[in-house]
Amino acid sequence: MKSTKATLITGATWIIAVTYFFPVAWMFINSFKTENDAASLTPKFIFTPTLEGFSRLADRGMVDYLTNSLMASVISTALVLLLAIPAAYALSVRPIVKVQDALFFFISTRFMPAAASILPLFIIFKNLRVLDNIFALSLVYAAMNLPIAIWMMRSFLSEVPHEVIEASRIDGANFETELWSVVLPIVLPGIAAVALICFIFSWNEYFFSVLLTSANAKTTPPFLASFVDGRGQFLAVLSAASTVAALPVILAGWFAQKQLVRGLAMGAVK
Amino acid sequence: MNNKVKALIAIVVVAIAGVVVVQQQSGGDVTLTLATVNNGQMKDMESLKSEFEADNPGIKVNFQVMEEGDLRSAVTSDVANKAGQYDIVTIGAYEVPQWGANGWLTDLTSDLADDAYDVGDILPPVKDALSVDGMQYAVPFYGESSILMYNKEILDAKGVKLSNNPTWNEVAAAAKKVNSANTAGICLRGKPGWGDLFAPLTTVVQTFGGTWYDMNWDAKVNAPEFVQAVTFYKDLLASAGQKDPVSYSFNECLTALKTGKVAMWYDASVAASMLEADDSPVKGKMGYAHAPVAKTKEAGWLWSWNLAVPANTQNKEAAVKFIKWATSKEYHNLVGTKLGWSLVPPGARTSTYSIPEYKEAAAAYAPITLEVMSAVNPKQPGVNPQPWVGIQYVAIPEFQDVGNQVAQLVADAIAGRITVKEALDKGQVIAQAAGDAQK
Repeated sequence: MKSTKATLITGATWIIAVTYFFPVAWMFINSFKTENDAASLTPKFIFTPTLEGFSRLADRGMVDYLTNSLMASVISTALVLLLAIPAAYALSVRPIVKVQDALFFFISTRFMPAAASILPLFIIFKNLRVLDNIFALSLVYAAMNLPIAIWMMRSFLSEVPHEVIEASRIDGANFETELWSVVLPIVLPGIAAVALICFIFSWNEYFFSVLLTSANAKTTPPFLASFVDGRGQFLAVLSAASTVAALPVILAGWFAQKQLVRGLAMGAVK
Repeated sequence: MNNKVKALIAIVVVAIAGVVVVQQQSGGDVTLTLATVNNGQMKDMESLKSEFEADNPGIKVNFQVMEEGDLRSAVTSDVANKAGQYDIVTIGAYEVPQWGANGWLTDLTSDLADDAYDVGDILPPVKDALSVDGMQYAVPFYGESSILMYNKEILDAKGVKLSNNPTWNEVAAAAKKVNSANTAGICLRGKPGWGDLFAPLTTVVQTFGGTWYDMNWDAKVNAPEFVQAVTFYKDLLASAGQKDPVSYSFNECLTALKTGKVAMWYDASVAASMLEADDSPVKGKMGYAHAPVAKTKEAGWLWSWNLAVPANTQNKEAAVKFIKWATSKEYHNLVGTKLGWSLVPPGARTSTYSIPEYKEAAAAYAPITLEVMSAVNPKQPGVNPQPWVGIQYVAIPEFQDVGNQVAQLVADAIAGRITVKEALDKGQVIAQAAGDAQK
């Protein structure tokens, strides 16, 4: 009986896993097809593979877009960590007065949809002459991710046993030592989780990139969409572009897997 | 101070310094930024831009290719706010008269007046659609109408013949006759959207005697003619159309026709060049006819992708020089000799259809494209006069939203979730609100 139940659970798990993974696998397979094969009404599993789609990416200068995405994601993530860690510290380890009000304020900045803020942002960027500037776009991404990062970091910092901090203080640790040598090493997996989530959000961001950039700072997501052709076939080249664009995030997640699992589990149990 | 803190501060300083850097253009040279849509003709232009750059030292052209919806959003926000990110923009016939009237675009009338450019060679209906009060605000890169495309092998096998100017009743009868379990009689767009479902459907409405608005901007969406046309469209799809029509637009119908899943298709004339491409399984098997009619003599739509220069560009002279080159007779010859004659941008210049090599390469569809594009009337496409210039759209800013909402309702009717009358009664209220704003 127990064995039947285990088999059923295993079977269901496989079905769910394959269902989730299939679209990604299909994208990968399509990236090696010709446009006619990719657009075929009857799905083609047997075909002559081609690198034509990848070659078209190179012709369109995908490296520049990937570089812009990387810059925007790395800079914004660094900024977010720089601001979120001290902010979260002041909301948990050494709490300020009215912590709840401060937390509500941070999350309230995400209440307004991005579309409502785009016109004022566009005009500000235009007046500051920073339209199409990757550093300015990074600032927007940092502002976009900061509230969620503060909330996550606060949750991780709250997990640090107060006794450990007390002990370090009794041993004569000043604030800097307490932060760098005691607290941060304990929450390092949490920081990795926050960093990866901020990186992914920035890497995949589409709306602001479309409207605030043009020739020099355009990132990868609008570049992917640019292959969509209302008057022709585009599935193969779009799949190739999506495969390349997904790789950095998949690799980052794979390398940080161990830290991530620990980090994401932090704060789950009080 | 701890080294880690110093490193983090250094990162912030670099980031902030980057923000305040104002990019300076190097003296003398001009780099034009062109926002455009992703399609074959635009990609061809990008591949040939080096010819222009070689003939015009000091001018470089940077192509920014975008998805159609992104292009509309990015270019509209840029041009309307006079941000100046783009020196040349690719916009549709829907936007040109509105943006021209708003003063957002450079008036090109005098720039195009030289004999070498020969502005009179532009197809008259296309030129009309790009002008406001006699001033031309854009030049057509390529244009299209709508035609009926059919697989002759499938129709011949059932003994069906179509005339060159078929009526909708004739087409419906043919579709029902060739309809089978494996092959649908006809493919028509059903995907909701003002540029999807309502492109062909508006031409059906017009030839059935309906219209979106009368001369007083009173909506006519639930008028008997509009209801009759939408009912006909829905019934044709139900009796002889493709399965799951609300998921079909241009590309889906193109694939279906190429793979023999449908026998006929009413859509953009530019599809003919794809059906006759070397890798098309139906090359040489296709027949083409005028857009089907009911009460009008012609029912084809009119669309063009055009190049325009925003009014606030800092590089007007160079931008105008480029768009004249890209829409010139010489450019058409360049495409023909360098890339192949079947790839010459269609539907923009009358003289294109006199080039012997083009006539030979596009023999299957060039004559009918020219015939239809010359015959359509964007000033009055339907039975009754209308207060805007345009066929498959209403040239007001609100139409994208109105068209999308009503298209969703009609798609619901096609899918059988509501009746046509219910959909159009609701659509009438939506359309009237936009009509009232024009009064």
